[in-house]
Amino acid sequence: MTQSPLWKRVLILSTILAAILFALPNLFYERVERHNDAVAAIALQGGAATPEQEADLALWPDLLPSALVPLGLDLRGGAHLLAEVHVADVYKARIDALWPELRDALRPLRDQVGNVRRQPSPDGILRVAIGNPAGMEAALTTARSLAAPVTSLTGMGGSDLDIRAEGPEIVIQLSEAERAATDSRTVAQSLEIIRRRVDEVGTREPTIMRQGADRILIQVPGIGSAAELKSLIGTTAQLTFHPVLGTTQDAGADPGARNLLLPSMDEKGIFYIVEQTPVVTGEELTDAQPAFDQNGRPAVSFRFNASGARAFGDYTANNIGKPFAIVLDEEVISAPVIQENIPGGAGIITGSFTVEESTELAVLLRAGALPAGMTFLEERTIGPELGQDSIDAGQLAALVAAGLVALYMIASYGFFGMISVVALAINIAMMFAVQSLIGATLTLPGIAGIVLTMGMAVDANVLIYERMREELRAGKSPAAAIHEGYDKALSAIVDANVTGMLTALIMFFIGSGPVRGFAVTTTIGIVTSMITAVYVTRFILELYIGWRRPKTIIV
Amino acid sequence: MAFRLKLVPTHTNIDFFRWQWATFGASVVAVVISLLSVAILGLNFGVDFKGGTTIRTESTQKIEVAIYREALDQLNLGEVSLTEVFDPSFGPDQHVKLLRVAPQEGYEAVTPEVIEEIEAALLAVDPAVTFPSVESVGPKVSQELIWKALMAVAVASAGIWTYVWLRFEWQFAVGTVAALLHDVIVTLGVFSIFQLKFDLTIVAALLTILGYSVNDTVVIFDRLRENLAKYKEMPLREMMNLTTNETLSRTIMTMTTTALALLALIIFGGDVIRGFVFAMFFGVFIGCYSTLYVAKNIVLMLGLDRSDKSERKKRNGGGDHEFANIDA
Repeated sequence: MTQSPLWKRVLILSTILAAILFALPNLFYERVERHNDAVAAIALQGGAATPEQEADLALWPDLLPSALVPLGLDLRGGAHLLAEVHVADVYKARIDALWPELRDALRPLRDQVGNVRRQPSPDGILRVAIGNPAGMEAALTTARSLAAPVTSLTGMGGSDLDIRAEGPEIVIQLSEAERAATDSRTVAQSLEIIRRRVDEVGTREPTIMRQGADRILIQVPGIGSAAELKSLIGTTAQLTFHPVLGTTQDAGADPGARNLLLPSMDEKGIFYIVEQTPVVTGEELTDAQPAFDQNGRPAVSFRFNASGARAFGDYTANNIGKPFAIVLDEEVISAPVIQENIPGGAGIITGSFTVEESTELAVLLRAGALPAGMTFLEERTIGPELGQDSIDAGQLAALVAAGLVALYMIASYGFFGMISVVALAINIAMMFAVQSLIGATLTLPGIAGIVLTMGMAVDANVLIYERMREELRAGKSPAAAIHEGYDKALSAIVDANVTGMLTALIMFFIGSGPVRGFAVTTTIGIVTSMITAVYVTRFILELYIGWRRPKTIIV
Repeated sequence: MAFRLKLVPTHTNIDFFRWQWATFGASVVAVVISLLSVAILGLNFGVDFKGGTTIRTESTQKIEVAIYREALDQLNLGEVSLTEVFDPSFGPDQHVKLLRVAPQEGYEAVTPEVIEEIEAALLAVDPAVTFPSVESVGPKVSQELIWKALMAVAVASAGIWTYVWLRFEWQFAVGTVAALLHDVIVTLGVFSIFQLKFDLTIVAALLTILGYSVNDTVVIFDRLRENLAKYKEMPLREMMNLTTNETLSRTIMTMTTTALALLALIIFGGDVIRGFVFAMFFGVFIGCYSTLYVAKNIVLMLGLDRSDKSERKKRNGGGDHEFANIDA
């Protein structure tokens, strides 16, 4: 049997050592995790470590690799949400804002077009009737002057508005290109806001990603339930400040034109009548922090930007002694009486909050409002105990499977069986090493994938060994039989694995969540098992043959 | 000679085509029954495909399913299924039930209010109950997931077809794809007849079965190609028998190691993935059967053009493609 060149042997040996080294942290999962958390926390604090963090740091030597296989939600516990963003909400807001603009633009042309009136129309479409249909051309020209080119990442082109005449009416809606660009912006903005809100709570490794045109996938390990995650994300968290006109206890009271009737958050049965147009909105907030009021009760402090501060300052200066309402999502948090002019644009919201509530409110305010509403198409909660049970069950099953396969291989192929068991062990180490390095999430079906790989990885060895037996029976020398065994089995091994990989790749692209985890694990398993079953076993065999130089071998 | 465990004797001479028509007929019957069952009984879709909510409850108290059911009946939830779960790994005071609620009328998204109501109703009859997992899928997503699953199986089959065709002859590709469709359909049939829960992970298992079944078939075809070159005159039927006998010990070996690993998972892997593992376990055996009795049967029926490649090329004007002979 010819020896492999030195570089090849060095390469194989160093691959094996690297696999073991990088798989190692996973054996001490909890220790390494605490170590990594401490490292991250210290980096965040800017270098100074508390004694507890020092202790956590010492749990794992800095010199060794510390990357771990991330665990999926089904193993760690947590919440999973698939949200659909109502991108069309934004069209309505845009079109509604266009109406006053168009009205003002048409005013100088009254002689030509006559009176203009907004007609009832579905959301996202503006229908304006003009008094004098003869002036339609002029009206359309004016309306078109309001349009702007579409701006998007994919290039410029076309107008953002679709403007046409239908009898005596001008019909305006967003053009298709503009709708696509708006959708994309809306989803990106929602994603960013969700990310900020989730990050504020500081959970480990949340997954927040866009799916398809208008969906967002949110996975947060360690959170108690999907409901908790939803309340964290909030649906709108729209903060506004309104002048208060009065209070009532009648839920059906008529607030009057351009006014709103809003319930109080804390006092049951109390309703506030407020002006519909807010003085300032949460969009003009630059900061919000949990704080305490003079009496030591939890509160939220806030600060406006320049224009918000001016509006707020002017209003408070002119309305000293009157109440104004702080409204969050259509509920009045509190309605303090203005004691004095507040010129600096900073203030404090008091109410009957707990510390947690004031913290959460500050987070919501700081992150800003979502640009559009969302519905949740999928919600999953997995408790941490169930995840731990699954890990334990998976570990036990993997050990038993490994034992059974090892016994069977050794019983069938003796010494050669032992070599393939060693290769199998290295294969498992390699799978963990690769998953740790690329950060591929391990899910419960992924554990099944590892166990399945144990059963299937020895297939390559079986092919090789069966081939060797045939060659030996045909009267070949041991060295020649081993050589032929590896050579002739390779084609079958490659064919078998390519098709297996093909189905795994399809699963990866089409599947989601746990199924994807399974696909990743089996794909990695197929690649590493080819390396270990072909090259590692050959390496070990060559060492053995070179050392003992046997006259005969029994496969 | 040292002891060797051998499930298959060193030399076998089984005529795999002796019951050619019986085995092929059995496969056809199994496929027809499976298709009928899927059409008539349907599949017991999980929330992934049907929409709705699955709640796993766990309690330290042993409380009858009927009591839970009574508590839920007052809520008017529509179709509710409630089953007790057993697993060897559960402790003596661990009582697990699975509750499945159909999607509520007229909702595209999930309905968190319903989940809250259910949890409150169950806590009222069993204060010790906890909810280790709650999964809701809206009908909109579940429709898409069905399509994705069908697409996955179709794309995988097409991909395998193409690969086998490029590497071998088209007859092999037909045989391979027929064999794996047979495996998938019969597995679906078993899930339908026994009304086992069919969710996304089962689709992953089906794809794995595809991969495994092809793996098995391709190994035999690979050997067949080698033998075709070696014995030019041997009739195809004999040659296939020779090839299968030569590779039989490997086929059985690999089936056994894979089945052993999966058996460990079925017994010890916990109830959460038992369906998934069972599908793969079943698939290993059906895949092995279809390799031996379906794929080759079809190649035999179709026949192979065994004239020399270069001659055929001349005759067909270069119709054969250049990949068929590449060896890895």
